[in-house]
Amino acid sequence: MLSELFPHAQPLHGFIGGILIGLAGAVMLLGAGRIAGVSGLAARTLGLASGAPRMLAALFIVGLPIGALIMTTALGGIESRFPPSYAVLAVAGLITGFGTRLGSGCTSGHGVCGLSRLSPRSIVATGSFIASGMVTVALVNALGGGW
Amino acid sequence: MRHLIGLLSGMLFGAGLAISGMMDPSRVRGFLDVAGNWDPTLAFVMGGAVLVMALAWLVQRRMPAPVACEEFSLPGTRIIDGKLIGGAALFGIGWGLGGLCPGPAVASLVTNPVPAAVFVLAMVAGMVGFRLTEGGSK
Repeated sequence: MLSELFPHAQPLHGFIGGILIGLAGAVMLLGAGRIAGVSGLAARTLGLASGAPRMLAALFIVGLPIGALIMTTALGGIESRFPPSYAVLAVAGLITGFGTRLGSGCTSGHGVCGLSRLSPRSIVATGSFIASGMVTVALVNALGGGW
Repeated sequence: MRHLIGLLSGMLFGAGLAISGMMDPSRVRGFLDVAGNWDPTLAFVMGGAVLVMALAWLVQRRMPAPVACEEFSLPGTRIIDGKLIGGAALFGIGWGLGGLCPGPAVASLVTNPVPAAVFVLAMVAGMVGFRLTEGGSK
């Protein structure tokens, strides 16, 4: 039924990927006692925030593209369509960098680690970024900028 | 050991992003496009990840200390303020514009280097910008 309603959806791949992401968070939590939040660990790696031991943060960040490359190769390639404009990417990146630091987290820290911990802060933050993301996409579409 | 944990966690995370379709910005954008051609895949990713992490939190409560460090260092703040809500809302705007959040952007640096690097460099600039304003407001 889901596949009829949403022909583009990949619920099984999504769920399997989600389990791997959850395992990543579990390894970080139970192994190093830390939250696997990408924005925080990226900022820590660059010396822009306090927090986890710097080498731990850096190796997590380096591990991301390595794991992605291994899985992509194993799957024989993945679909990926980026925004067509570098200006859009740059503006989106700038806002994302500032916003994730101001709001102390992103999809991984608040959305996965925080939600599963039932952290009130993370529940509010996740509601906020999903709502504003949905409004943003609707506005961009209304203005004819969809891609 | 601690370093191995960082690398292993990052690699698992990256592998999960790749198989889940979350390294496809158009698919992430599709999840946010509720009024249009909605793609619910991201909800399944979150569901799988939250399920495993919820179990991990249950285990965590019974552990006196993590395996490779002396103690748990977890966020203890409980304040819900304008910074939290406004920062998350700002991030949502960026997420909606580009279909990218920090994890998939960093993970894409090898598979889609040019657009990923444009996003990641701008993201770092945004983080530096925050660091500067934070210093000024104190």
